[in-house]
Amino acid sequence: MTHATADQHLISLRARPGLRERIDLPRRIVFAAAASTIVLVALLLVFISWQGIALFVRDGYTVADVLSPVWDPLAEGRPQFGLLPFIGGTIAVTGLALLFSTPLSVGLALFLSEVAPGWARAIVQPALEIFVGIPSVVWGWLGITILVPFLADISPRQISLSLPVMGEVFSMPGFLTGFSWLAGSLVLAVMILPTITSITYDSLRAVPQELRTGSLALGTTRWQTIRHILLPAALPGILTAIVLGMTRAAGEALAVQMVIGNAPVLPAAVTQPVTTLTSQITLDMGNTVFGEPWQDALWTMSLILLALSVASVVLVRVINRRRAAA
Amino acid sequence: MTAPARSLKGSTSRAVLVDRIATFVLWLTGAFVLLLLGSIVLHFLLAAWGVISPGFILGDPSDEALGGVLPVLWNSVYMLVLAMLISVPVGVLGGIYMAEYAPQNAVTGAIRFAQEAISSVPSIVVGLFGMILFVNTFRWGFTALGGALALTFFNLPLMTRLAEQALRSVPAEERNASLALGASKWQTIRHVVLPLAIPGLVTAVILTAGRVFGEAAVLLFTSGIGTPYHYDFANLSLTDPASPWSPFRPATTLSVYIWKLNSEGLGAHVREVVDGSAAVLIALVFFFNLGARGIGRLLTRRLTAS
Repeated sequence: MTHATADQHLISLRARPGLRERIDLPRRIVFAAAASTIVLVALLLVFISWQGIALFVRDGYTVADVLSPVWDPLAEGRPQFGLLPFIGGTIAVTGLALLFSTPLSVGLALFLSEVAPGWARAIVQPALEIFVGIPSVVWGWLGITILVPFLADISPRQISLSLPVMGEVFSMPGFLTGFSWLAGSLVLAVMILPTITSITYDSLRAVPQELRTGSLALGTTRWQTIRHILLPAALPGILTAIVLGMTRAAGEALAVQMVIGNAPVLPAAVTQPVTTLTSQITLDMGNTVFGEPWQDALWTMSLILLALSVASVVLVRVINRRRAAA
Repeated sequence: MTAPARSLKGSTSRAVLVDRIATFVLWLTGAFVLLLLGSIVLHFLLAAWGVISPGFILGDPSDEALGGVLPVLWNSVYMLVLAMLISVPVGVLGGIYMAEYAPQNAVTGAIRFAQEAISSVPSIVVGLFGMILFVNTFRWGFTALGGALALTFFNLPLMTRLAEQALRSVPAEERNASLALGASKWQTIRHVVLPLAIPGLVTAVILTAGRVFGEAAVLLFTSGIGTPYHYDFANLSLTDPASPWSPFRPATTLSVYIWKLNSEGLGAHVREVVDGSAAVLIALVFFFNLGARGIGRLLTRRLTAS
């Protein structure tokens, strides 16, 4: 209130603003530039949603058809578009990648923020920036030329573990070609490492220095301080990092497509080829015709990916709102 | 008296031991990541040795011989320039709004939400959106312009955010001094804030541009997947689909070319060509990163000294 009256007072002292000031063209232009992002996102949501529901609206498939494990777009009579192999594959590949990447990334962020002397940080930080810059297709190519042959070499045949008394405790098929769930997850784990590391690092740096000195003054070791003070304090940031890493992994297309084997089956063993939403879209979009049910199924997959990324943005906001409230 | 003292000492030494182990493990993660990057760079240096030559960089692709990558390298640069021509002005203007004007209201909140949303949308989905818009709705077919616009969708939020940060890092005193001299808000932005933010803005441009080189998923279905065997650079036409200068032609970039070669696996020298192309791509990204740091630092020194 007081601000408003002060402003009014000022305005009354000044000359009445001319037309030019009232229109304030620069302000309108910069606003239009900033607001273009909203228009863009709105258009994207509308177009992808419109295409994504065509499978149900135009082609007459039901949600139950889509939630089936059978993907047979070339079937005689009525093609089958069960999306479970793709949804399951995306969850499986992303989940395993997070399992590999999270401890490593959080460890690396702790190293950079709490342990590394200046010279070590001066080497590792630029290295991480180069990591971020390595293109997706290059990761895929590395996967194909190094990782996949390596996996095929270590165990092409049945992998099993037998103990003297218990007998066989564990058995799964071997890698055969090396194109597999594990290969996809390993490639993704490396790709999301910089994402998780940098966000975790920022949230560790944001923990006030007094908390560290206070804890150390009580006679704790550095690890006790990390374990009991820093990690809990930085938890919302770490969760944000994991969610964003997950989004990146689930949305990554080319690198995964190159190493995963692209078999539309439900993921059963890490040594076997599987497929994901993104890799199937990448593979099939060019071979289908606009408007046919097969392509509509691909649009439905895109809509699922889009919904996933919007959900992750909301999730990140919820995580951070809780921090702001606490 | 002695028993509790000893147990205290025991627990302390155990804590110290755990601390030592933890420190060691954390050092190990740092070393592991460095080793990983080092071996990747070394791998490409070795793989590209004997492939990369002036003939490879300046030659045309060939199905029989090793050939070169000039047309696709040209397309990468061309698409980069085209995409930046759109995203830099719009991004800087948007950044000015977010840093200098944006009130705390629902519209600003919506802009921020939209920025976050589009940065988390998978690039393949952004590419598909570009495909519906430019290829199917506008009936352009696969064009460099369609690809560049799709890249802009993908880059604009990042550019806007980085520009906003660059502008926000200009001290408030500079603005106040200018306003106190009677300059209008826009004059202040135009003549005081923007010049001071130039080092940050240049870094923002380079970082955004570096992403364009590597991006392939956005371009697969917007600018097309083909092999341009030869470009006639003397053909300066901006509308002729055969001219390398025209935005209305399919344009396969270096990244898309790597993906294409790998998925088709045709040609006698696929492995060498992809290794060489990947090395060129990594080198470009590397120089962009170095450039972003170096030029940013240089400009800061120049502009603050003068």
